[in-house]
Amino acid sequence: MQASAVEIRKVNKYYGPFHALKDVDLSIPPGKVTCLIGPSGSGKSTLLRCINFLEEYDSGEIRIDGQLIGYETPGRKMSGRKLREMRRSIGMVFQQFNLWPHMTAKENVAEGLIRVRGLSKAEAETRAAEALTKVGLADKMENHPSRMSGGQQQRVAIARAIAMEPRLMLFDEPTSALDPELVGEVLNVMKTLASEGMTMVVVTHEMGFAAHVADQVAFMEKGELVAVDSPQGIFHAPKDQRIQNFLRTYHERNSF
Amino acid sequence: MEWSILEQYGPSLLRGFGVTVLCWILGTIFGMALGLVIALVQRYAPRFVGWIVQAYIEVIRGTPFLVQLFVLYYGGPLIGLRLDAIPAGLLGLTLYGSPYFAEIFRAGFRAVPHGQIEAARAIGMAEPTIVRRILLPLGLVSSLPALVNFSIILTKETVILSIITVPELMYQVGRMSAETYRYLEANLVLALFFWVLVEAISRVGRRVETRITKHLIERT
Repeated sequence: MQASAVEIRKVNKYYGPFHALKDVDLSIPPGKVTCLIGPSGSGKSTLLRCINFLEEYDSGEIRIDGQLIGYETPGRKMSGRKLREMRRSIGMVFQQFNLWPHMTAKENVAEGLIRVRGLSKAEAETRAAEALTKVGLADKMENHPSRMSGGQQQRVAIARAIAMEPRLMLFDEPTSALDPELVGEVLNVMKTLASEGMTMVVVTHEMGFAAHVADQVAFMEKGELVAVDSPQGIFHAPKDQRIQNFLRTYHERNSF
Repeated sequence: MEWSILEQYGPSLLRGFGVTVLCWILGTIFGMALGLVIALVQRYAPRFVGWIVQAYIEVIRGTPFLVQLFVLYYGGPLIGLRLDAIPAGLLGLTLYGSPYFAEIFRAGFRAVPHGQIEAARAIGMAEPTIVRRILLPLGLVSSLPALVNFSIILTKETVILSIITVPELMYQVGRMSAETYRYLEANLVLALFFWVLVEAISRVGRRVETRITKHLIERT
């Protein structure tokens, strides 16, 4: 069996007295798409944010290609420098896009290449142009985010992440802030990435995407990882009552 | 009213206005610079440093400018701080303005969506780079209206410098009134000068604001 891209072991996270993640175990296989689904507040975004240590987990281990993230040894924090080095190879896409509004699309993508990877401006802009072309925005490179639709902004955000040539991409509800008619263009870019063998972890409410694109689906509820299975297993033969309830609610809400 | 005395006092009034503008510009620049440092220290320094800075802010904001100037100018020599009137006035303006500027910057930084900072952290950007490339440009833009506003308030605080004999406009107007008893004329001139100055600042401020927010405002 191939080693995991991300190995999550017995991870716990507390917000004060609130137990947000409870002994979560999960293996993310390389080159595959893993979708995290579950009701709001179930901890799926928190878990995702622990993977690049934007959120600090309190106990347990998260290893990226075998290397522990956030801690030198359990309980002893990693230096900022080392953490930044690890984050370079982990791309992240946020629900709210989080583009930098004072920069054009191209500048948004080039910024990390220049300031983090240390590329020359010319080289960075060439790569930024390539990444933007890939997400179908060749004609919007000089636009500021304020002049773009949500779908376009999110595609710039994806370009910003892939331009850094990450080994792993994290998506935190990438389509939840979009108007329904703009969801497709973002999901298509994600499907292309998946077909190229990018390791992806996607927190999503798009059950269609999870069912058709994911290689494995993890269902979370109340900070617990309830089940990890193939999309087939989760959506068509869910064993756990909690998954059945979640899917029933989902179907009821989306039927008309 | 008797405007003919302006022929005699015009040059000294103009000189006074020049000193006023100079004190205002330098006091604002130094005050803003110190305020920015304070705001960054409050955001990034360890907690006990933050407390010291907070105490400084409370003291300056809690006392009248006039009293601060007296302490600086007349009390300073007791601890070996001997300053001429203008340097003392500038230092006073700088210290007086800094906590207000600091609060404005602090609010400006807070207005930068946390997600945009996180996006920079997520690609591995170092914190000083984040400050320089993301936090400052965006934070300063949202601070701008309040910065202009407080700068305008500061123009009028400069008249207090006359108390420690800084030869600025108020000082010259006071001298003219005392020598000629033409209080009304003298103070009307003062008002006119300030009105011109404040009007100019707010116009420039608005233009700058329109310019730098051009790309930041959502257009649909």
